[in-house]
Amino acid sequence: MFAFLLRRVLQTVPIILAVALLIFVLFSVIPGTFASSLGDDGRNVMDAQVIERVNRQLGLGDPLHVRFGNYVLQLASLDLGTSFRTRQPVTAVLAARMWPTLQLCFAAMVIAIVLGVPLGFVAALKPGSLIDTLSMVGAVSGLSLPKFWLGLLLMYLFALKLGWLPSFGYGDGGLRYIVLPAIALGVAPLALLARTTRAAVLEILNADFVRTARSKGMSERQVVHWHLARNALVIVLTTVGLQFGSVIGQAVIVEKLFAWPGLGSLLVDSVSLRDIPVVQGSILVIVLFFLFVNTLVDVLCALIDPRIKYS
Amino acid sequence: MRIGANLVIGGTLFALVVIAGVLAPWLAHTDPVMDANLMNAEEPPGGAFWFGTDAQGRDIYSRVLYGARISLTVGIVSQLINTVIGVCLGLSAGYWGGWWDDFVSGLTNLVLAIPSLIFALALMAILTPGLTSLLIALGLTNWSFTCRLARASALSLKSQGYVQAAKVLGYGDVRIMVTQLLPNMLGPIIVIGTLGMGGAVLAEAALSFLGLGIRPPFPSWGSMLSDARDQITTAPWISIFPGLAIFITVLGLNLLGDGLRDILDPQGRAGKA
Repeated sequence: MFAFLLRRVLQTVPIILAVALLIFVLFSVIPGTFASSLGDDGRNVMDAQVIERVNRQLGLGDPLHVRFGNYVLQLASLDLGTSFRTRQPVTAVLAARMWPTLQLCFAAMVIAIVLGVPLGFVAALKPGSLIDTLSMVGAVSGLSLPKFWLGLLLMYLFALKLGWLPSFGYGDGGLRYIVLPAIALGVAPLALLARTTRAAVLEILNADFVRTARSKGMSERQVVHWHLARNALVIVLTTVGLQFGSVIGQAVIVEKLFAWPGLGSLLVDSVSLRDIPVVQGSILVIVLFFLFVNTLVDVLCALIDPRIKYS
Repeated sequence: MRIGANLVIGGTLFALVVIAGVLAPWLAHTDPVMDANLMNAEEPPGGAFWFGTDAQGRDIYSRVLYGARISLTVGIVSQLINTVIGVCLGLSAGYWGGWWDDFVSGLTNLVLAIPSLIFALALMAILTPGLTSLLIALGLTNWSFTCRLARASALSLKSQGYVQAAKVLGYGDVRIMVTQLLPNMLGPIIVIGTLGMGGAVLAEAALSFLGLGIRPPFPSWGSMLSDARDQITTAPWISIFPGLAIFITVLGLNLLGDGLRDILDPQGRAGKA
């Protein structure tokens, strides 16, 4: 198991390096700089000397290879640079925003797993039934709903009309504040998990080993518990992992809508303000988290299904 | 749902949106940008204004119709760019193999590691907001699934007898890829393209909602929703109709994609059961 874990971790190293390179190139080879963008609203044209001074102060005047070398050295010492706007270390800025994002993504995935997996399971065990049809219509609708629209509707109904929950913000970090954004974020993974679970269970139901188990005289409960659930779990877990990564990406919209102080809203604000070190750092952290979750899921899958380790 | 129902419902919804977008100049009651009138601000849906008016007194019905043009343009064009990139890279990697295959596979893994909306956001950070930038950002960030599919198909098809026969006949590599391999992998690629179009419509709306896509006053459904946030307490209808339009378009494309998969990709149908 340790060898499998080591191999899986080592596989992510080149991807992390490539992402770091890609992010650096994206924000370095583009025309214009942070300084010139300060006055690029069409009304204010900045003085060339001011642009040069700001560039020198921020180290943007150095040749590209020097900047890349500095960037790699900084990364190696876990230094993501300094925010152009606030002059604070990017790591400190990101650290303050990480926990709210994790809370939100975790809550959204809990909603998706707790509702989506049982729904897919029941739908597959009763194919063609009313619950199967309703859950699959619900699933395709859930996948088509824009999160920000769903969020607005939830906000209107539960916060403004009924007054049950706060409409936006982090508040004291309590459960009441996370409910609406977590539902808005969790509906799409819920729908996908329901569909995936249903497809996985239906496929396993037709497998030879399930037929053999039934012909041996195992009860339906035992078949579901020992054969269906365990085999479907690998597919469901893989989907959960992929969806967790996707949820971190999608959190950007929900965080912005609900004024949730997480990484996503920081990224959007930094993009608007062209605070490039914060944008680079946010993307890198999101990618690292995405890779971490997928590695974790692979390890869990290998624990559940020993065949995976040897493949 | 029965096979065929998805195709019919999805196709009908998508066709309605296309018709609304194409006929917008004839169906709209007012100009979506110029006809602002504060005297009509925040009028609820009714006789004169079917979907009501926004905070500037503009007719939401007309703006939703014109918004279809932007959403469909972005959805179709960006997905076409993704498909062309994915097919070119995947097909050539699967057919040629070797270092080119290693390079393309590495590139695909790299793109897959970055959530597509985050990648699009990063690109929008370095581009000027607008339609062209949106097309570039969304066209460059979602080709990895098509690429993987085209590569896998090319790997399995290149050893087929008819491909060997084409080689013996003296066909060049590019000709074999275009005339022998591509037509045999087109079904699943059309399915992924259709489903991806729904994703692109959602992504465009999301970026415009965040203020990084189509800028007001041009009527993009996402930017209309962004404007509507401030009026959610006084005029909730401003939020209802653009959101409904996005939902119907994406639902149509998702159902259409599922329906096409049932017909064009029997393996996908088996997996979906």
